[in-house]
Amino acid sequence: MKRRKIDMAAVPGNAARGVDDRFQVATPLRRLLNKVFPDHWSFLLGEIALFSFVILLLTGVFLTFFYEPAMTEVVYNGSYAPLRGTPMSAAYASSLDISFDVRGGLIMRQMHHWSALLFMAAIVVHMLRVFFTGAFRKPRETNWIIGSLLFWVGFLAGFTGYSLPDDGLSGTGLRIASAIILSIPVIGSWVSAAIFGGEFPGTIIISRFFIAHVLLIPGLLVALISVHLGLVFKQKHTQWPGPGRTNENVVGERMFPRYALKQGGFFMVVFGVVALMSGLFQINPIWLFGPYEAWVVSAASQPDWYVMFLDGSTRLMPAWEINIPIGDGYVIPPLFWPTVVLPGILVALSTLYPFLEARHLKDRKSHNLLQRPRDVPARTAVGAMAVSFYVILTLSGANDVIADKFQISLNAMTWAGRVGLLVVPPLAYYVTYRICLGLQQHDREVLAHGVETGIIRRLPDGRFVEVHQPLSASNGHADGHGELEYVGWVVPKKMNRLGALGPAIRGFFYPIEKPAEAPVSPGHPPVEPRPEREEITSGESRR
Amino acid sequence: MTTHTEHQTQPGREPLDVQDPRLSQFDIVREGARRDDIEIVHYEPQVVPGSKAERRLTRTVALFFLLTGLAATAFLVVYIWWPWQWEAGRGGDKWFTPLLGVTLGISLLAVGFGILTWGKKLLPKEVSIQDRHEGAVSEDDRTITGQTMLYMADELGVKRRPLLGISLLAGLAPVGAVAAAPLVGGLIEQPHKNNQMFTTGFAPAEGGGKIRLVREDGRPVRPADVSAGGQITVFPGIDHGVSNLHADSPALLIHLRESDAQDARQANERIGHGDYMWGNYAAYSKICTHAGCPASLYEQQTNRLLCPCHQSQFLITDNAKPIFGPASRRLPQLPIEVDAEGYFVATSDYTETVGPDFWERP
Repeated sequence: MKRRKIDMAAVPGNAARGVDDRFQVATPLRRLLNKVFPDHWSFLLGEIALFSFVILLLTGVFLTFFYEPAMTEVVYNGSYAPLRGTPMSAAYASSLDISFDVRGGLIMRQMHHWSALLFMAAIVVHMLRVFFTGAFRKPRETNWIIGSLLFWVGFLAGFTGYSLPDDGLSGTGLRIASAIILSIPVIGSWVSAAIFGGEFPGTIIISRFFIAHVLLIPGLLVALISVHLGLVFKQKHTQWPGPGRTNENVVGERMFPRYALKQGGFFMVVFGVVALMSGLFQINPIWLFGPYEAWVVSAASQPDWYVMFLDGSTRLMPAWEINIPIGDGYVIPPLFWPTVVLPGILVALSTLYPFLEARHLKDRKSHNLLQRPRDVPARTAVGAMAVSFYVILTLSGANDVIADKFQISLNAMTWAGRVGLLVVPPLAYYVTYRICLGLQQHDREVLAHGVETGIIRRLPDGRFVEVHQPLSASNGHADGHGELEYVGWVVPKKMNRLGALGPAIRGFFYPIEKPAEAPVSPGHPPVEPRPEREEITSGESRR
Repeated sequence: MTTHTEHQTQPGREPLDVQDPRLSQFDIVREGARRDDIEIVHYEPQVVPGSKAERRLTRTVALFFLLTGLAATAFLVVYIWWPWQWEAGRGGDKWFTPLLGVTLGISLLAVGFGILTWGKKLLPKEVSIQDRHEGAVSEDDRTITGQTMLYMADELGVKRRPLLGISLLAGLAPVGAVAAAPLVGGLIEQPHKNNQMFTTGFAPAEGGGKIRLVREDGRPVRPADVSAGGQITVFPGIDHGVSNLHADSPALLIHLRESDAQDARQANERIGHGDYMWGNYAAYSKICTHAGCPASLYEQQTNRLLCPCHQSQFLITDNAKPIFGPASRRLPQLPIEVDAEGYFVATSDYTETVGPDFWERP
């Protein structure tokens, strides 16, 4: 039999042709490879959330192999001696087994928990970025809504997952959740009975939370994240204003290979940081809390950080009970307002914000250019108000720990929170507004008069003046001042930002005396000025 | 090679013939980008091929990747050979998880930094401009799509034959309900079955027998077991009394000092609970009336009971009235006495509703 010779060099080409004959992918693939992404560090915050979610899926699947979602009572007989012989739920016992009797189980559990915390943190920081730069404006309102829903769905994912080990701390959280459900007027006890299968705690809640946590909520998250990313792709990313950047174009890099490589590297870095944290920093040591028993609690019982603002609002709420004297009498407990009404208002306000702002400004245009926070003082100030509100609630969620560590009266902490919640946000609004105006003014001043050089000159008549370096060549003005428009991007305010000064000392471990070989990186302008040339660069490297 | 081109796509630009053998690979790439309305306006290698800088960067990237392999191998070694089973004291197992984390973290960080260095330092930098094509949909297209949809509605003819629409709705609505019925019907529970929200394990047994107060280990409690100023958690002495099945039963049995006990008795009498205490002993529900946490931090000096979850404070000498924090309702008191054998019993169940508040609490 004659062996046919295979031309190895032609194999990839032939294979590609074969694939394209069948699926016609060449054109869409070219579009994908060519897609342009603008680059700025602040555009990577959402990625951290996405990468944490991937880590959550990976570690979560591992945990399901060993976790037993049942509340049947068992007697612990694993290797953690202090709890041996203790009656507990199967869920708690299997969580202990993951921590002590599955090799490498503890680090998986801790990675799952740390990446959950990181997931929520990244969502919040990403949301702040989008808010303060106006990236939520038309045409991206839908994505803003999906994003804020992702926070709340993530919140539910976190809470259901946190409850699964059925340890003393999470059981207390579950107890509070049941009380929150009970507090809903008219239907509270019915909803609670439906969820818990009777009176708290019942015997079914862990199994129900399990299926919600591993199937329903992740399914919802995957769906929302897919639409979120799909819309970013379809609508194209926003960009900062800068040379050559308009509302109708995207200035950046093509997606492949450099941009994609950077994303891949960033994912690995996020993954690595989570791994380091999970190895070195203990999180949720359930074996110290013991099994959940309705009569045991300890001081300093705090939930995960993203739940703390609700804990804080509950602590600050005055004991206002509303009695409705009809028949036997009905009650709206004080718990209802800070835990059901407040989150409801927050969801409504956050999802509706893009529309409220557009309506207020009568703005129906599409915006693809971002705004610097200082250029929109009212929005920035509103954001500062919201952030201060949230921070006070979160701090109040730990007010017993603060009171303990700093030797402050607990009641004084509560009162400080109550007063602070009303006083600080308006104050934050005012201060932020003024700071924005001040920054705007300073930008204009630098554009008009130039950068402060730090050089003091004495004039013949004895006055001292500081020499300013104008940003543009003088256009025939006697004082050397040029006219420069503010274009919504960073104004250089230091001489080295102009490239007038190189970094003082080069070299990481020891100083390098000789000049660098070639242009090294955008952050380090060459010591000698570059030859003049017409060039369009990204706004960032111009800073 | 530094490439600069006009960043405006010339309007009537002839597409290049990409089969032309004289074209370089980059020419074809740029032509492809142009066909997607992308103009590569700046394309500049960061390192000169063969230069010292390139060799140095290549070495750095390679080192990162080798470090990845090294750390990953270390992870495997630790995973397989390090003692990991829990033992009391400071055994080697204490370092198992940290070592796994450090080795895994280093290997992932190294591969990350390797890729980042590769991408950021070795690949050419470029600036490309892509048109957004917003509003590119022509008014004509909108009209066509709109009319097509209206025409489809017309073809269905629901407007002309309204009965179709009405009957379809009337038919589908119950189908929707069918989908919801098993879920709602399966989940729903009568919350007041056996009057469960208003009774606890201390409710007298069938024959009227009073329920004993027992400790966590099930032993009944004598007055002498609690010293003055002290307190213990007590449970109903019934089957599964000390378990989450009776999560709302636990009470705090407090032995008040003489003067405090007098205050407490007077306060009891004011609200007609004169016989709830036994001697200087009083028992209050441990389940906070606010959110159901155990209100378990008892401060002897002030006779306050603090709930650590939301810092509600209850004054024991005043019928456990809430005096600070978000709780609005006093802790229910358990009426107690001592039976013939000298053990505490509950004379009746709590006379007020235990636990967090809800709408239909009378």
